[in-house]
Amino acid sequence: MSTINRDEVARLAGLARIDLTQDELTRLAGELDVIVESVARVSEIATPDVPATSHPLPLTNVYRDDVPEEPLPVADALAGAPSAEGGRFAVPQILEED
Amino acid sequence: MAGRHLAGEDATGAATGSTGDLTRMSAAALAEALAAGTLTSVEVTQAHLDRIDAVEGSLHAFLHVAHDEALATARDVDARRAAGEPLHALAGVPIAVKDVVVTKGMPTTAGSRILEGWVPPYDATLVERLRAAGMPILGKTNMDEFAMGSSTEHSAYGNTHNPWDLDRIPGGSGGGSAAAVGGFEAPLAIGTDTGGSIRQPAAVTGTVGVKPTYGGVSRYGLIALASSLDQAGPVTRTVLDSALLHEVIGGHDRRDSTSLPEPVGPLVESALRGRTGDLTGVRVGVVTELNGEGYQPGVRARFDESLDVLRGAGAEIVEVSCPHFEYALAAYYLILPSEASSNLAKFDGMRFGLRVEPTDGPVTAERVMAATRGQGFGDEVKRRIILGTYALSAGYYDAYYGSAQKVRTLVQRDFTAAFERADVLVSPTAPTTAFRLGEKLDDPMAMYLNDVATIPANLAGVPGMSLPNGLSDDGLPVGFQILAPARADERLYRVGAALEALLEAQWGGPLLDRAPELPTSAAAATTTAAEGSVR
Repeated sequence: MSTINRDEVARLAGLARIDLTQDELTRLAGELDVIVESVARVSEIATPDVPATSHPLPLTNVYRDDVPEEPLPVADALAGAPSAEGGRFAVPQILEED
Repeated sequence: MAGRHLAGEDATGAATGSTGDLTRMSAAALAEALAAGTLTSVEVTQAHLDRIDAVEGSLHAFLHVAHDEALATARDVDARRAAGEPLHALAGVPIAVKDVVVTKGMPTTAGSRILEGWVPPYDATLVERLRAAGMPILGKTNMDEFAMGSSTEHSAYGNTHNPWDLDRIPGGSGGGSAAAVGGFEAPLAIGTDTGGSIRQPAAVTGTVGVKPTYGGVSRYGLIALASSLDQAGPVTRTVLDSALLHEVIGGHDRRDSTSLPEPVGPLVESALRGRTGDLTGVRVGVVTELNGEGYQPGVRARFDESLDVLRGAGAEIVEVSCPHFEYALAAYYLILPSEASSNLAKFDGMRFGLRVEPTDGPVTAERVMAATRGQGFGDEVKRRIILGTYALSAGYYDAYYGSAQKVRTLVQRDFTAAFERADVLVSPTAPTTAFRLGEKLDDPMAMYLNDVATIPANLAGVPGMSLPNGLSDDGLPVGFQILAPARADERLYRVGAALEALLEAQWGGPLLDRAPELPTSAAAATTTAAEGSVR
């Protein structure tokens, strides 16, 4: 099947939001190529008549009673935040400026 | 449960230590002594903390040791017992918890820099149950980062060493839990098993590990690796101890929608029954595809001998074929990275954990995320996230992830057919004994092959156990794997306890009695004694 080159790794790293160094890009391209070639053999037996399984258990539509309960206190939820302000998570700029 | 006779004067010696050293005793024996009032939890917990202080310099099984909290729990349990309060069977028996399980007020890193110093604001359900049972938590054990690995070498906080040979890996990802139990730092530990991370470390350290049926133990509060595969379970030195711990942590949890809506089966009863050594009428299926080529000669020899032992106990040995198992590893290394790439998206530097700002250019959320993840994740985590992103990306989805899901169906069908002919299936747990530290670090595919015999169970959701069945030619422990149909975990305990009892009768005691004495150091005590330190 297809091969994974350095540009492809860079594109995937962008999608996954991971900064990679030049060395990492080179190394990962080589490693992933070997791994993908090895795992691609799943297609040998995955014929159209075989249904897919996403989950080991036949549990569907599991609900619990809608009962109000005490949520995690705000202070506890924010205790591990890199930055917090006014009872909220403080994050860097999200939208581009016009 | 409290009234059950658990350890006692069992002829096999399976559950009792005989050296008088509290750290050599099984959890069952400790529980009996605590209930009888001949030991206090403070004595038992302190003995294990002392052992940790003495041998951590050799093993490095822990990322955090909770001296004060463990002793506080022990004191509380002792006071409640003195007041005549009815207590859980394992009340006062200390335990170590893998660092992928969140613990309120106790640092949890999952072996990653991205969570360094993070203190969870809540407990996992299984931790709540340990606390409710009055079990002192000794600390958090080392692991491959986010449970990705088979050697614990992918921890961001250094290697854990195998108690049998300090130059060798303790297995992974739960090498810390296995080394802590095998090195007598803890009588019990919690592990998690996504593709073998409880069973393979058990095999290479001469300990017992159980992956329950998927959904048998709540995943609430487990830092997810692959949600459709992850399952927490016991890490112990005896089969009975695993049954006792499994009964504490198992059962329905309304906070986990994949939790089985039923109580755990009669696990302890099955283990006690198994210890009689009678398996008359039990059909044991040998999986053709999980033996032979690629398995170390010593591993195969011990496996064949164990089959003879089971035969001698009255079991009927049948050969079963699971032709799609040879594709399980490939399917697993598509499904796991795919699910992991999604699960690990939450580590973005916004709400908890590490935040790294880019060194140049605008500081936007997106660039902070990429910088944080680039710096916070280790090599193996990056490798698998990128692989998962690839397998799920447009144009490749059907060929990779879609095909892997079909293989999952075929593996499940293999199990269904095999369990029509056999009550349990058996194989070696791992193809080899513990390899040397560093030996496979530069070859990801070679590392992945360690999980070839354990992965099918995760894909199908069936329960599995590894227990020690001897030493290979290299003097290192070998593991014997037992698999049962989903929701029939009790069969693992019956067959496992029988094999354990009969093997220990042959050996004249537990296999771990043959492990070398670990070097102890006073220096180790000063590093691990610092409460709150993440090394």
